[in-house]
Amino acid sequence: MKIVAICGVGVGTSGILKVNAERVLDRLGIDADVTASDAAHIAEAAADAQVVLTSPELVDRIGRTNADVIVVENYFDLDELERKLDEALG
Amino acid sequence: MSLPPLPDSAITVGAHAADWREAVELAGQALARSGATEQGYAQRMIQVIEEFGAYIVIAPGLALAHARPGPDVNADGLSVVTLDEPVVFGHPHNDPVSVVLGLAVSTPEAHVTSVAELANVFNDPEAIPALAAATDVADVQRILTLSEEASR
Repeated sequence: MKIVAICGVGVGTSGILKVNAERVLDRLGIDADVTASDAAHIAEAAADAQVVLTSPELVDRIGRTNADVIVVENYFDLDELERKLDEALG
Repeated sequence: MSLPPLPDSAITVGAHAADWREAVELAGQALARSGATEQGYAQRMIQVIEEFGAYIVIAPGLALAHARPGPDVNADGLSVVTLDEPVVFGHPHNDPVSVVLGLAVSTPEAHVTSVAELANVFNDPEAIPALAAATDVADVQRILTLSEEASR
């Protein structure tokens, strides 16, 4: 399972999303590889990912993908992340 | 893992900003004051928001302003600016913003470890309101350090 966290420049917010996604996946007992990437590399990063995590502001940039796109409102709300990841993967 | 350095010189409490640009500019000034970046870095943080939108408002009331590593970054660093009146960044859920963090990293890899530590501070839902209500620099340091220690 591959999950990609996308932010604008790939430095900063995607790192936070990656760490918190890993925590939640651990809670859910799901084994997945979470990487951080930036808007410029969305197409290639999302190509072989099952799930893309991103912000409401960036979702329109993702374009066509077979991955489930999860829009995260509060990057620090582990319950929100858990609910959304569980819905997408469960 | 530890947070990027946050010297007292990189903290501004209760500042006034007319709009989001001024708020990000203040976070950039604080980074430059601490020596982490040159002055021009603030403008690059503003450009990221102009290009990609207000996605840097990653939680209610909190913006994490940042730009790519570059020659204007002298060292990894963090700045904290609290606003006397919240400003709107244009985020669909998390506006208005009362705490702006400025982040500078010297290499793309640096964020994976040190920025992740921010999650340990802010996964506590009390951290943002506490920072917004901080009355001095010591308050800000206490909130960031205590949360960080509590998560260990």
